[in-house]
Amino acid sequence: MTDTLREAYRVMRTIRAFEERVHEEFATGEIPGFVHLYAGEEASATGVCLHLDDRDAIASTHRGHGHCIAKGVDVHAMMAEIYGRKTGACRGKGGSMHIADLAKGMLGANGIVGGGPPLICGTALAAKQQNTGGVGVAFFGDGASNQGTTLEALNLASVWNLPAIFVAENNGYAEATSSAWSVASDNIADRAAGFGMPGVIVDGFDFFAVHEAAGEAVERAREGGGPTLIEVKFTRYFGHFEGDQQTYRAGEVAHARATLDCLKRFRDRVTDSGELDGPLLDDIDAEVAKLIEDAVSAAKAAPKPTKEDLETDVYVSY
Amino acid sequence: MARTISYREAINEALAQEMARDESVIVMGEDNAGGAGSPGEDDAWGGVLGVTKGLFHKFPGRVLDTPISESAFVGAAIGAATRGQRPVAELMFIDFMGVCFDQIFNQAVKFRYMFGGNARTPVVIRTMYGAGLRAAAQHSQCLYPIFTHIPGLKVVVPSNPYEAKGLLIQSIRDDDPVIFCEHKALYDTSGEVPEDSYTIPFGEANVVRDGDDVTIVAIGRMVAMAEGAANDLAASGIEAEVIDPRTTSPLDTETILESVEKTGRLVVVDEASPRCNLATDISALVAKEAFGSLRAPIEMVTPPHTPVPFSDALEDLYIPDAQKVLNAAKAVVEYRR
Amino acid sequence: MIRPVTMPKWGLSMERGRITAWLAADGDEVVTGDDLAEIDTDKIAGTLESPGSGVLRCVVAAAGEDVPVGGTIALLADPETPAEELDEAARQARQEIDAGAIAGDEGPVTGTVEVDGRSLAYATLGTEGDVVVLVHGYGGDKNSWLFVQEPLAEHRIVHALDLPGHGESTKDVGDGSLGTLADAVLGFLDALGVERAHLVGHSLGGAVVVAAAAKAPHRVEKLTLLAPAGFGGPVNARYLRGFATATSRRELKPHLAALFADPDLVTRRLADDLLRYKRLDGVDRVLTTLLGTLLDGDAQAIDAARLLSTVDVPVTFVWGREDAVLPPGTTRPDVEHVDGAGHLVHLEAPGAVVAAITR
Repeated sequence: MTDTLREAYRVMRTIRAFEERVHEEFATGEIPGFVHLYAGEEASATGVCLHLDDRDAIASTHRGHGHCIAKGVDVHAMMAEIYGRKTGACRGKGGSMHIADLAKGMLGANGIVGGGPPLICGTALAAKQQNTGGVGVAFFGDGASNQGTTLEALNLASVWNLPAIFVAENNGYAEATSSAWSVASDNIADRAAGFGMPGVIVDGFDFFAVHEAAGEAVERAREGGGPTLIEVKFTRYFGHFEGDQQTYRAGEVAHARATLDCLKRFRDRVTDSGELDGPLLDDIDAEVAKLIEDAVSAAKAAPKPTKEDLETDVYVSY
Repeated sequence: MARTISYREAINEALAQEMARDESVIVMGEDNAGGAGSPGEDDAWGGVLGVTKGLFHKFPGRVLDTPISESAFVGAAIGAATRGQRPVAELMFIDFMGVCFDQIFNQAVKFRYMFGGNARTPVVIRTMYGAGLRAAAQHSQCLYPIFTHIPGLKVVVPSNPYEAKGLLIQSIRDDDPVIFCEHKALYDTSGEVPEDSYTIPFGEANVVRDGDDVTIVAIGRMVAMAEGAANDLAASGIEAEVIDPRTTSPLDTETILESVEKTGRLVVVDEASPRCNLATDISALVAKEAFGSLRAPIEMVTPPHTPVPFSDALEDLYIPDAQKVLNAAKAVVEYRR
Repeated sequence: MIRPVTMPKWGLSMERGRITAWLAADGDEVVTGDDLAEIDTDKIAGTLESPGSGVLRCVVAAAGEDVPVGGTIALLADPETPAEELDEAARQARQEIDAGAIAGDEGPVTGTVEVDGRSLAYATLGTEGDVVVLVHGYGGDKNSWLFVQEPLAEHRIVHALDLPGHGESTKDVGDGSLGTLADAVLGFLDALGVERAHLVGHSLGGAVVVAAAAKAPHRVEKLTLLAPAGFGGPVNARYLRGFATATSRRELKPHLAALFADPDLVTRRLADDLLRYKRLDGVDRVLTTLLGTLLDGDAQAIDAARLLSTVDVPVTFVWGREDAVLPPGTTRPDVEHVDGAGHLVHLEAPGAVVAAITR
């Protein structure tokens, strides 16, 4: 168990450090395009993905860095991708919103809200037909919970009894619009009943709550018990995208950072219980800091793709 | 000797042979079994046109009925393709693409490029297109130009049973996403089809008929019609070369250009709406690459820029016919500056 | 006596043919084998040779006409035959063509037999007489005999066989050895209950029928070898490899020129038909395996001459003088050289081949 805890902390810390550094670097103007940061939501990706291995596939969102790290995508390759370098996870052709590693079962961050859930029905179907015991996990936001694709996918997953888990990451806002307004039901998880599957609500700042709920859902799915919808409620620490002035929201971020931070809560709990000690966690923090520092320097030094790369990788063969 | 079967049977045989050869090949779509889970007969329909009939019992667990949720099951086919399956999804009518377009043109098609060459999405979406059955505006369109427009997709438009079988087997074995467009008015047409499995490569046009006077490029159902027009033209001493591109993406530009360089004249017959269709695309290609060979303006035989009408009186006017092809060919042959 | 010249049936699927040109005119005196007309079909263009000798007294169907198989397109007769008789025969023929229905067009009977776990396809023409079995070459099939099977069948039972891996037979040749292919031919005879037959083989098929004769001499009445493999001399390895590896019409067509003396016979349709065959599952492996049987480096790997020396059966050799695939390599005195013909001598000079077989 202490191995799992150590790993959970390392992953959450990596996500946090990665996102905070991207936030800083973005402000310098060196990172092109849009980035959507996952800081504050670390417990969700980590709590779910700790139950997964390479048999399992996940689909992510435009806010996908955390899912990538939790599913084991190489941090150097991710950072280089965000910088648009040839050494990036997608050779500079995808960027922040499309980081993927199919070998690791990471089907890509996704620029289309609601793009992932149908795909996950397919990965779950493949796992079922190939008898791998694998599951598919669709992470999506409160915005995507109102997309037809998501609702269709929930229905199909039930109809086909797929080993699929739908993780609705409700961070309170779809872009600048409050989910309290845009989601007509009280909870996204309430919709599970309409699709004949269990719906669970968890505190997204609590790694242990997410981990436990996801564990049950994954186990049920692996055993042929069908899909689950898990709603994870929390707050994102940054704007919808970097540069968002966040004039639509009040002081909830400061409150969350001060009192609800999943990393702080995790650290307090495991050190209080004596399962892990502080110096060990400090060591992890230092290792992660060095990893991120190295990833940024390497990304900045890496070459950009060239004219020769423009027309490759469109087809396997054409 | 050579066995004659229908376009529908050719497609069914291609599916059955590939499913037997490779167990990762799976089939899904609305009513593809038809009746699964219903109190009546299993495998009652085989899709609305009976194309998948008989596969449900032959390949247990590999022919899936779906809810009427095109986004979900087309997306599922794409997702399964990323994980080692070779799904063939049936999208009843090409007109329904509108409700699942995102999964095709933002997901399936972009993975390989967006992920830096690290993706393989061998999915086939079979879909029915075309006018002629009085099916009206929402069930009769020829939308293959839309797919042809999108990098990352391959688009197949088979014109007869032989082409349908070989091109579908090629589509299933292909590692890229393929839109396979079946003309609804061709299902009951017949032709010689070998019993053995075989493939027809993409991007290789079929020269249906040789001729020196005018090149007629025709697509899908228009091919046989153009061939008929060419035979009529021969009676008046005009020898038309008829080319069936077979796939609109990739497009065999070489065969078209070589032919126009020989004949100096081009007629393109396309059942798709006239703006930004294959006729305009091929005309632009020829105007750019073979301008010096052209001895007459290019003619395009297409429907008018309207939705497909319902009434037989109107639909018959709408669809390009042999007479229009004949007139166009004569016009370019008789053209004098 | 009036002898009708009818639209031939070239290949099993031919139903109609178009006369593209008459090469002889009313009043011309012709002998058997003279070129009469150019005929175009869905699959192939060919020259119709005169079925008999006499005077071409009446052309019934003009150039440009499309006539059903079996339809009378011209009349041959002695100079003495009265004009009224010819007029009446021409009128009847015309009526038949215009009606579009020709009585008595009986095509070949096709079938399959199981030999060594493989299905072998064949087509039979003729109901009486000695049995002749036609065995095609590398990459060919039973349809390659289209110009000779019908004339041979007039007084014989003529089977055209698809070797393993070819035509409509199972696309598997096992080890691809001459022995395996010879066993297929002998197994075919067994399956049809044929005791003894006249074996005709072209190219690789020539070597195959020699090997069959060496294995079971008592089963072989006679051998006719058309440009057979394995009798010394060079082989066009470039052609064989090119044929085996070409995947498109563009790649294949240039290689096909090696097959004929007259390059105009390499039509798009010929290339298309060969591509259709090459694109069947399993054919790729068949052709690669057989390449190993045929070639040792750039030389012939087969020694059929040695096999033939062990058997005592009558043999006739026919070789196109312009054969660019297997140029005549043997100096045997019994080789009949045909002028103006290439490797596919039975397509380019069917009359000479029929004469050699029936002699």
